[in-house]
Amino acid sequence: MNLVTPDAGLLFWMTVIFGVVLLLLWKFGFPIITYSLDKRNRRIEQSLRDAREIQDRMEQWTKDHARMLEETRAQQAEILRKASETGNGIIASARAAAKEQADKILADATAEIEARKQDALNDISREVAEVSVRVAEKILRSRLSDEGEARHYLDTMIDEASKTDMLD
Amino acid sequence: MIAKLVISLMLFAFSSGGDTVSVAFARTGSRSDAEETVSSREESDIDIAEIIFEHIGDDYQWHITEWKGKHIAIPLPVIVRDSEGWKVFSSEKIIHGETYRGLKIDPEKGKIVEASSLRRPLDLSITKNVLALMFSSLLLLVVVLLTARWYRRHDVLREAPTGIARLMEPLFAMVNDMARENIGREDYRRYTPFLCMVFFWILFNNYLGIMPFFPGGANLTGNIAITMVLALCTFFTVNLTGTKHYYREMFNNPDVPLFLKPIMPVIEVFSAIMKPISLTVRLFANMLAGHIMILCMVCIIFVMAKYGPLLSGGMTVVSVLFGVFLDALECLVAFIQAYVFTMLSSIYIGLARTKGE
Repeated sequence: MNLVTPDAGLLFWMTVIFGVVLLLLWKFGFPIITYSLDKRNRRIEQSLRDAREIQDRMEQWTKDHARMLEETRAQQAEILRKASETGNGIIASARAAAKEQADKILADATAEIEARKQDALNDISREVAEVSVRVAEKILRSRLSDEGEARHYLDTMIDEASKTDMLD
Repeated sequence: MIAKLVISLMLFAFSSGGDTVSVAFARTGSRSDAEETVSSREESDIDIAEIIFEHIGDDYQWHITEWKGKHIAIPLPVIVRDSEGWKVFSSEKIIHGETYRGLKIDPEKGKIVEASSLRRPLDLSITKNVLALMFSSLLLLVVVLLTARWYRRHDVLREAPTGIARLMEPLFAMVNDMARENIGREDYRRYTPFLCMVFFWILFNNYLGIMPFFPGGANLTGNIAITMVLALCTFFTVNLTGTKHYYREMFNNPDVPLFLKPIMPVIEVFSAIMKPISLTVRLFANMLAGHIMILCMVCIIFVMAKYGPLLSGGMTVVSVLFGVFLDALECLVAFIQAYVFTMLSSIYIGLARTKGE
């Protein structure tokens, strides 16, 4: 059997038909298909690259975001701490001022009381002096009702006064 | 022709006993009488080789099936140029051994010869294989052009393929990727049409060859003339588009030690010639072997028919199971062979497109 000897007729027809089909499909069939596939492949590769880039950027953003959030939190805590410190300071100073004021008022009041007391004592002593002068006047008047006595008293007084002048 | 066998195969699959076998194939006989068995053996013996070669070989007519004892066949045009000049006539005139216009079919070789001298004339007849070739080419043209039409009318960047494009795209993408990987990004585009052509040509013809009924069933890719043309196309593509570096490496490779210099070109040229031969034989032998194995499995049924109902019935089940297995295997092989041929072609082209270090 002629299984391994190629038949001339079949060789001829195969060459002709294969050639014709190849030419036709080379012209109208395969290039458009493979071109389209390549075009789509390129697009897919490009899209994948873009997607990766976007993903990277997103990751960066997420990191930045987290970092910023962390910073903001820290700032917030700091601000709160400062605020409470300031508040405490204000309260403390207010307290100190109030205490000072109160002390001052207390001191003033004490001074006033002292002054009043002094005034009152002065008044009392003036009153006592006046009363004693009046008493002395009454005694003197009753004593000076007779002449001898009055003259004697006057002399004594002048003596005393002159003694004191000479002493000066 | 295979259809005939497959129908009987199915018939056997559905019949449980040997009785049906003996009824349906009374000609092969399953008589219990010992004497009669001996005497009938000669007339009932089946020439398996003849059946197989009839199926895998070429023919001047396309035998489709046998219906109620009558052969249904398509006569094909005979185109012959002998010493008297061109002759064109229908094969009906000579198919049953007649001599017509000085030509007849040589019963030994099954080819047209000159009746007087038994010499082979130039025979360009449209044989069964040529008709199958035309049919598969037409199918290939239609399928690929329809696919191309889809791509021409649609924007691939916006639409997913539909219909025939969806069916064909994975295959095109496969061949395209293969070409890109093996030939290189710069110039693979020049070769993809050829590689696509080779791949789809082999694929279509392989599957049409497995198909047991008309218009399939012709053993095209298991025919050495067909695979030879394909391999020669690869050979010329490789060697006519080879780069300077490819030829320098072939004839004067600077890396080869001096004492090997006279031998290496011979070896290289020999290997360049062996490449298409190996392509030819690989595809041809694989497909041919597949066809022969399936035919043998089917023939077991007919061979065993004379050994009694029990044995033939049992062997029928076995052969049907093996036949189904081999058919499934052939479907796989049909694809693999198309893939391998294309893959090797692209690798050979890639080697010839070397740019040097």
